[in-house]
This record gives sequence, C-alpha cells and structure tokens, in this order.
Amino acid sequence: MIIKQLSVFLEDKSGRLTELTRILAENDINITALSLAETADYGIVRMVVGRPDLAKEVLEDAGFSVGLTDVVCLRMPDKPGGLYSALRILAENNVNIDYMYAFSNNGVALAVIRAANIDQVIDVLQQNKMQLISQSEIYQI
Amino acid sequence: MILYPEIECADRQQLHDLQSKRLAETVKRVYENVPFYRNKFKEKGIEPGDIKSVDQLKDLPFTTKADLRDNYPFGLFTVPQTDVVRIHASSGTTGKPTVVGYTRRDIEIWAEVVARGLTMAGVDKDDTIQISYGYGAFTGGLGLHYGAEKVGATVIPSSTGNTKKQIQFMTDFNATVLACTPSYAAYLGESLLQAGLSPSETKLRIGVFGAEPWTNEMRLQIENLLHIKAYDIYGLSEIIGPGVSMECECHCGNHVCEDHFIPEIVDPETLEVLPYGELGELVFTTITKEAMPLIRYRTRDLTRLYPEKCACGRTLVRMEKCLSRSDDMLIIRGVNVFPSQVEAVLMEMVETSPHYQIIVGRENNLDTLEIRVEINEHFWSDSIRELESIRRRIDHNITSVLGISAVIKLVEPHSIERSEGKAKRVIDNRTL
Repeated sequence: MIIKQLSVFLEDKSGRLTELTRILAENDINITALSLAETADYGIVRMVVGRPDLAKEVLEDAGFSVGLTDVVCLRMPDKPGGLYSALRILAENNVNIDYMYAFSNNGVALAVIRAANIDQVIDVLQQNKMQLISQSEIYQI
Repeated sequence: MILYPEIECADRQQLHDLQSKRLAETVKRVYENVPFYRNKFKEKGIEPGDIKSVDQLKDLPFTTKADLRDNYPFGLFTVPQTDVVRIHASSGTTGKPTVVGYTRRDIEIWAEVVARGLTMAGVDKDDTIQISYGYGAFTGGLGLHYGAEKVGATVIPSSTGNTKKQIQFMTDFNATVLACTPSYAAYLGESLLQAGLSPSETKLRIGVFGAEPWTNEMRLQIENLLHIKAYDIYGLSEIIGPGVSMECECHCGNHVCEDHFIPEIVDPETLEVLPYGELGELVFTTITKEAMPLIRYRTRDLTRLYPEKCACGRTLVRMEKCLSRSDDMLIIRGVNVFPSQVEAVLMEMVETSPHYQIIVGRENNLDTLEIRVEINEHFWSDSIRELESIRRRIDHNITSVLGISAVIKLVEPHSIERSEGKAKRVIDNRTL
C-alpha cells in the first residue's frame, strides 16, 4: 500500500514549477495530487503521479533534483469527522506525521501522509479498517 | 610630524648598512633555531656567515603561507615558549589558522611602527582614538591599540560591531581619530547621518584605515562623509600586523618601515626580483623580529615600490596601495577568506564535496557574503526540516571557520555556472 511520492527540490526562481509540469505533460504523466512547501530560498514540491519512476527519470534528465518518498494515500468519507477518525487512530498508536496534504470533492476525501515509519502507519490504519489506495489505483484515477 | 626622523629620513646608504647588519643577524638566528630554514639554506648551499649584505637577499629561499601551515603551530618560532608573550592567528588556506608569535621586544617594535604610522597621519597625545578593528586573535585591534598608547593618545577600544554604541562612543567621548576598515568607516559615516547626526557634530579629524583594499575614490568618499583626512595603514600578521607601512599626508604610497621589514617585488611566476616601479608580488623579510622572523615571505599582494624621496621628507621606500592579489584570497569585512576554507568545511560535512559558489557583494558599504551550495544525492531530503538543519549546520561551521557570517543558500544541482566542467568558485561583485 506504499505509494511512491515524487519530491522535487526547486530553487526559488520563476518558471521552475512551470518547467517541471511541462516535462511531465510532454511525457504524458498525470499528477493526482501536489503540494508545495516553501522556505525563503527554495521549495519542495511533492506529487503523487501516475508513473513515478518514469517521472523521476525524465525530471532528472532535465536537471531537477528528485527523490522518491514512501507515503500512504488514505481515502475517507467527505464529511465532518472523516479526517479526525483517522488521525485519532494514528495518535493513539503514537505515530507522528511528518507532513500531509488532503483534498475532498464529490463525497470522497483523500489524504497523502508521510511518516518516518510508513509501515507502521499502514498496519495501524488497516487494522482499523481504514481504506488505503494502492499505486495501481492511483494510476487509474 | 615625523616620530623617528633619524630612521624615517635616513640616508639610503646608512639604511642599507643597517639592513645588511640586521639581515645577517636574522639569517643566523633562523639557521640556528629553525630546522625548516636550516634545511632550506643547506639545500641552497648557504651558511649563515655567507650573508653579509642586503644585496644577497635575492639568493635566499622564499617562505610561503603553506610553509607556515606545514610548521603549524610553532615550528617557525626561534625562541622557547617562555620568551613568547603573545600569539595571534589569522586565516589559513584550509582548516588550520596561520599562527604568529611575539616576544616582549617584538610587541615593543610593533607598537613603535604603529606609533610611527599614526604620527605620520597626524595623531598625537592629545587625540582620542576609537579603535573599531576586531580585538582578539586578529592583529588589527591590539596592533592599533598598542601603537596608539605608545603615541600617548586616549584609546577607546570599541572593537567591531554594534554600530549604535560605536556612534555613541564617537560622539560622547569626543573621538578625534577613527581606526577601522575603510568599508566600516563608510558604513559608520552613513549610520551617523541616518541617526540624524552631522559629521560636524563629532570631533573626528583623522581616519586610519586598512585590512582591506580600497581606492583613492573611496578615500575621498569617506573623507567627505566623515569630514576627516583618511590614511591607509598596511600590514599582515605574518610580518607583524598593521604598521608594516603607512601613508603620509602626500598620499603617494605607503612608507615601509624598512629598518624592520625589507620589501622586494618579484614576478609571481618566475620569482625573479623586479626593479622599482614594476608591478609584482610583494615579498617581505623581517630583520628585527625575534619570535618568528620570516625570510622572503610571499604576501601574495600585488603592488609597486618607489624609492624616490617623498615630499614629506621621508626616505623610506613607498609601496602603492595593494588592490589585487596573486592568489585567490578574498578580504571580506577585513577578514581574510580563502575559497579552500569553504571547501574544507563542506568536505567535512558530506562525503563528496558539493559544488559551491562564493558570492561577495557590498550593500550600504558593508561586504556581504553568500555561499550557494548545490544539493546532491549525499544530502538530499524531501523534508524541509532536514534541509534546514543541513543549511544551519553549514552556516554554523562556515561562521566558526571563517570568523564571519555568511548567508547559506541551497540551490539545485547544476545551477552553478561551470566553465570547462569546473564550477566558478568565486564571484566578487564589489567594484574597487
């Protein structure tokens, strides 16, 4: 249930993110989720994409600094308390989340979660009947 | 005023004889006490008794900063520790600093040459001198301090930084002389205006500036800003510190204290001695130093020497302002910085040294230092927290090694411009 998230280091200069999306577009790689974390000088763009290995290769060829990070993608009901019920389970099992990003639409909410011990996250969530999305499902979205 | 007219205005032949006598003593001293020099002399087939005249200086071996590093820390000292009363240190090319030692007499001579220079600039015992050079292992602060006390002036040892306090000292304690780096003088001048003060509200009349290259245009600018007369003081810790040479009121070069330090100009490639008036690398031989005399020390500063008697009456040879160097050393806020120091810090932190670039600029008359470091697979993380921790660690280590702070920027791989595959290490945007 591990999903390979694409993480890209971006210098704080205009056009870098556009260039990145251009390369993904030209290689027919779809972006399912994206979040951008920024500091004063640089940013890290984190993406769940259809074909992460190919994406890494083409971006590296274009000179980007790219890493693949293990994350999980959680599906929740799009209603009040949906995220809370998942996070409460993680908290009760002493799992610390490094970062996450989430979005909901049309009755479905998705959250991408990164933690140091990703296997523990998977175990805990699955034991509690939480619904995780696999890489192949992402590719189909 | 001329503090020691019998030396500063001496007959050149008389000076030649004095230099010859002192050089012979120095050669004997280092041969007997320093294995490094004994070996070098033996290689050249020189016995201490062979050197009788300063004209033979060209036959002697050179000393470089690398030699100081190889003999770190005290290998070039000619006296036992019990006779050393002071140690100073400046930047080395890598992790190790360049170390120098002084006997009590060395300290006295140092005070004397600085006093000579201050007198040349018109400073006397009725002056109050604010010393805004760094106090500590750097020779600027204490060097000026002892010289100013020797003159009998009132000393305000304000050291560097805390501009607000500097201005308060300057105005409240009636400072008449300011000693610091020229860029800091310009910065203080502008801070004074920003604080709503006019330079005429201070008692400043003289500036003694050095430790970094500056042009005549900068001198005029500072003079206008602070309503003072500004003078260049030159020195390097290896030779003694500030006071090796000093500008007189004629502003036609710095008079070298030739009775203590013999200057030569050599071609930095062939190492052949060049005639007066030609541009080359400045080389010094100390002839009165006790703790750590140096024979033909290559300063890496490029300049010219002029032997004609000066309108001020002094006969001591004059050296032009040093504006460039024959190595890659940078002078940033008066501190010597070698790109190799930055490389050594990065090497220590990550297995493969990442590509880096040093960018030096000047904002509001103060030097800025930015170091761009390309991230690579050895230190990559998608966590901002980890990247920031790496950046802070680089920042901390760079500051502690260089002695000045830098802005560290992490940049994308291959974003630093390369020429022939090698990254361009230094971009100096300061205009002199």
